[in-house]
Amino acid sequence: MAAVRWMLLKDLRILRRSPALTLLLILYPAAVAVLIGLALSRGPGLPRVAFLNEIPPSESVITLGTTRIDTTRYERQLFQAIAPVRVSSRAQALADVRDGSTLAALIIPPNLPHLLASAAQSAYVQVIYNGDAVNQSLVETAIESKLAQANALLAVQLEKVAGSYIDLLLSGGRLNFLGIAFNVLGLRESARVLSAVLSTLPRGSPLRPRLAPVAAFAKIAVDNLASSKAVIGAVGAPIVVHQKVINGRRTPLDFYAVSIAVTVSLMFVCLLLASGTLAMEREENTLERLRRGLVSPTALLGEKALLASVCAVFVGFAMLVGIGLFVPLQWGRVGLWVLALVGGALAFATLGVALGGLVRDVRAASLLALLVSFPLVFLALVPPGAVAAGLYDAIRVLSAVFPFKAALEAVDAAVNRSSPSLWTALGHLALLVAGFGVLARVALRR
Amino acid sequence: MTQPTLQARSLSKRFGDRVALRDVSFDLAAGEILAVIGPNGAGKTTLLSLLAGAATPTDGEVIAPPGERIGWVPQQTALYSKLSVLENLRLFARLERVADPEASVAVMLEQTGLRERADDQLGRLSGGNRQRVNIAIGLLAQPVVALLDEPSASLDPRQRERLWRFIAARAQAGTSIVFTTHDIAEAERYAARLLVLADGELLFSGPPADLRSHGSGDMESAFVSFLRECGH
Repeated sequence: MAAVRWMLLKDLRILRRSPALTLLLILYPAAVAVLIGLALSRGPGLPRVAFLNEIPPSESVITLGTTRIDTTRYERQLFQAIAPVRVSSRAQALADVRDGSTLAALIIPPNLPHLLASAAQSAYVQVIYNGDAVNQSLVETAIESKLAQANALLAVQLEKVAGSYIDLLLSGGRLNFLGIAFNVLGLRESARVLSAVLSTLPRGSPLRPRLAPVAAFAKIAVDNLASSKAVIGAVGAPIVVHQKVINGRRTPLDFYAVSIAVTVSLMFVCLLLASGTLAMEREENTLERLRRGLVSPTALLGEKALLASVCAVFVGFAMLVGIGLFVPLQWGRVGLWVLALVGGALAFATLGVALGGLVRDVRAASLLALLVSFPLVFLALVPPGAVAAGLYDAIRVLSAVFPFKAALEAVDAAVNRSSPSLWTALGHLALLVAGFGVLARVALRR
Repeated sequence: MTQPTLQARSLSKRFGDRVALRDVSFDLAAGEILAVIGPNGAGKTTLLSLLAGAATPTDGEVIAPPGERIGWVPQQTALYSKLSVLENLRLFARLERVADPEASVAVMLEQTGLRERADDQLGRLSGGNRQRVNIAIGLLAQPVVALLDEPSASLDPRQRERLWRFIAARAQAGTSIVFTTHDIAEAERYAARLLVLADGELLFSGPPADLRSHGSGDMESAFVSFLRECGH
């Protein structure tokens, strides 16, 4: 233990004499963490799209039966997904797309209300892209998602119109057509009238067999049309989402971003410091001297991991306290924060010393640490369903073998009470500490 | 010969398919100064690493007095460049579990003439001064055997003279010295016995005068003639 203490004091003294490195170790992860946090918690900017509405203002409201639909309402909805640049002609819209001042052009043709009202064929809007695949994908996604919402809203309106016609057919009422008002009897009343007439006819009347099928048809029509309204409603919205979160508390994206930011910082500080300080022993040729019985391999690895963990826990905790000043975190769980940070830091630090044992100098150690850590972060954040099932299984295995995912789960559980439980995540991290500890011992023998 | 302080028994070291050292055996007496010479790649540094315990032999063994520490001065300085001379010496004195670290450090600073530079950071010292600290750390724990890998390589003549005086004093006090060098004249001047290695094989073990008999000119010519005779 005395050797570990002297080595620890020596490394702290070296760190103190490397202010640029120390500052980088704190600022770099903090900057990366903040950027990741911002990227996750803020939505993307709206793509600039040239917008031309060719519908004459006088025709922007269409009438379907007794329902009036204002098409400008859907225009407003579309503008939630794009930053519209209003243009006055198709030529101008095309010119804007060509010179790159807008990513795309969205043109609403003048016959859209007519096509919607006639229902004879699908109404359409025209989108013109500049051929850049990434930009096209961005605009396409934005416009298509909002058009899907507009379609859903229109479907609701059309369902209402269809429903009102069915009500009229069933129950009767007044119908205005071409300015002329009609009284419609309705199927229910027709069935009732037919039934009354049939009951007054003598048994042998020749009208009875001719009217009876009509009365039966009226009854069937009433029964089926009454249920057809529900069918139309189901067609308008075939699937609606009823949300239920079963695994613990659902973490809002902003709070999840906090966990990610802290875990990323923890990872960078640990990996860079643990791998760097161990690689420094090789670079300075002191490792061979130490290995001659001055410090045992386990003590040496433990000292580097301990130093990196203490620094990383300090940085992670400071970040949480700083974030806690702006975001309502649960201060009563501070003890669990520290526990999760310690668990995550030890796992990252053990991976760090395993990497540091493989290389001969600090720069190579830093490069290796960055090469390993970046893909791990991105892989751990791939949600299920975002990639093919087989690939996702492979990603899950890879994420389970490295500490980022488990550390993120531990921090998220401690900070946001999300699932899986903190203890499960800490158990996972303990296994990784043991595994990477063995690898570090092997790497140090090189 | 008195009881040896260090014994090498059939030492061999392989790195993959390459044999760096093959079946090397010798004894080292108390207070003896032994020089290991040979062409580049002969296995001199490998031999010292094995004797120091910094590397493990593939075959054979090193027998050292139980409980005694062997001092090792590697060819490349093995020091922390961000620490001062004093901090380096203190750290290694503590890691070596020296009984009185401060006293040992003071003695070493005095003997190596580095007292004035004690607070200077290692990274700011000249190569020669760094090597002096490197040597001081190897000898901090008053070892019974000191292994020095090309100790005079980066020293100027004045520092070199001072080093050899220091080493001779240690040997007179009973410390056994093994050093490697490319300077054959230096080996002849300071060593009581020479080991000649070539391609990992021990070709010669004896006093410098015996090696000199292999040529008619100076020691360096005799050494080259000897290697040629041995087919190297």
